[in-house]
Amino acid sequence: MGLERLNRTQPNSSVLIEQYLSKPIKVKKLTKATLVIRATLLSLLLITIYGFYFYDYKGINIIEAGLATLANFKIMFTEAHFNHFTFTEGVYVATVTLSLAVLTTLFGAIIALFLGLLAAQNLSTPAVANAVKSVVAVVRAVPTVLWVLIFAIAAGLGSVAAVVGMTFHSVSYLVKAYSESFEELDEGVIEALRASGASWWQIVFQAVIPSTMSYLISWTFLRFEINFGVAIAMGAAAAAGGIGFELFMASAFYYDIRELGTITYFVLFIAIMLEVIATKIKSKLRTTH
Amino acid sequence: MQDKFFLKKRLKSSIILFVVLLVTYGAIIMTEFSLIKGLASIPKAFEWGVTNFFPTTKSLERLPNILNKLFETILVSIGATTVAAIFALAFAIMGSATTRVNSFLSGMARGFATLFRNIDIAVWSMILLFTFGQSALTGFFALFFVSFGFLTRAFIEVIDEASGSSVEALQATGAPYLTTIFQSVIPASLPMMLSWVLFVAETNIRSATLIGILTGTGIGFAFDLYYKSMNYNAASLVVIVIVLTILLIEYISNYVRRVIL
Repeated sequence: MGLERLNRTQPNSSVLIEQYLSKPIKVKKLTKATLVIRATLLSLLLITIYGFYFYDYKGINIIEAGLATLANFKIMFTEAHFNHFTFTEGVYVATVTLSLAVLTTLFGAIIALFLGLLAAQNLSTPAVANAVKSVVAVVRAVPTVLWVLIFAIAAGLGSVAAVVGMTFHSVSYLVKAYSESFEELDEGVIEALRASGASWWQIVFQAVIPSTMSYLISWTFLRFEINFGVAIAMGAAAAAGGIGFELFMASAFYYDIRELGTITYFVLFIAIMLEVIATKIKSKLRTTH
Repeated sequence: MQDKFFLKKRLKSSIILFVVLLVTYGAIIMTEFSLIKGLASIPKAFEWGVTNFFPTTKSLERLPNILNKLFETILVSIGATTVAAIFALAFAIMGSATTRVNSFLSGMARGFATLFRNIDIAVWSMILLFTFGQSALTGFFALFFVSFGFLTRAFIEVIDEASGSSVEALQATGAPYLTTIFQSVIPASLPMMLSWVLFVAETNIRSATLIGILTGTGIGFAFDLYYKSMNYNAASLVVIVIVLTILLIEYISNYVRRVIL
């Protein structure tokens, strides 16, 4: 009986091998990661396709409007002119926008440095860290323009509301970035200092901040670049002044596409300058650390 | 020697501090910002918020309309991100040092990305307002241009980082260009790329509110309408809906990122 069964399996095994060889060899295993990647890609694609059916086109012919946009780009970039402001005034309003970005980044960085210390798991207690992180997540979820408009009711439209509102958002962004940099710090350094009797402030100022300085600076400068963009938008959406206000007037008020070109050149020039400086700072930080 | 080291260090930090203070002072004068007024406005805004800025039963009647607008905004943001990602992938493959066809095309792809990324989203939406008017397409293209510029730059860095050695290995075996791209470059860099795409989708939902206010579309328009007609209860409902959406999307993309990276 037992021998029979053993004999019966023998012809089967060659069939199995044949079956195995006839199927293509699977190189990639279907892991959870690949499954999630596929699901995400598929849902992004489906949402996009569905979106094209759902959009409120308001009777716009895409091809016609697209061609008109290209024609507009040509006029904007080749026939840019000054109409409602001069070159010096242009430089002045651009400086106002940059100043808004400087102020909000600076205020944001100072406040975020202390909150970031509180939000880092390895420097504060878990309860405090989680509390700060969740408050900051909610603050971050409110778009900057809404913060500015909310403060505009108390302070009136203008630079005060813009700076306070933008600072709120900068703080919440930087707290996340800073606390993550602090958390990456080697636990041994803190432990060694703690064992030698260093106080919390000594640990922070002698070990934590110096060793994360390059991250802090590059995050802060990144936020400065973002804040420049936000400051333009606030000029347009919340009358905070600067080049954004001129942008809004040229587009929605005067319908002056040529002046829009001038403003675009100003914005482009400053933004590319900032990017070049940021790249320089980053490479310098990388070589010194 | 030690003395001088610390003296030099202290001098350097004092100079940096002085320059920062000077720049701050200049910025305060330029923007006519008043610190006292700014500090005073924070408690005032909170006081006003507690007394006025909450949804009432009457404003809840507007919820279906608000949700409809929100839905459109999400669709526009994600659609723009996906389409931008497809274009960015092609441009990044052209632009990356490891996969480029020649240096001229590479330079052009990088230049395009820099141009599109550095023109601010507010500028894009004001430019597009001329031809697309108050339709969803204005927001779509504004988000598309900025996302395209940003993603091209991010993808170039991902490709350079993730696939240098495997591209070399495949090229050594004589694999044709497209095989190298599809068998090595894309699979190796897909998780990182997807992580960037999710990041941009998140950012775009935030920016869509701003674009909506500027161009009169989507959820931003709903907020602007209630805000300007001083219907703050309904405006607060819009804010709550936006916050919940962004937190949810952040949660989902954090989950996906944790699994795939």
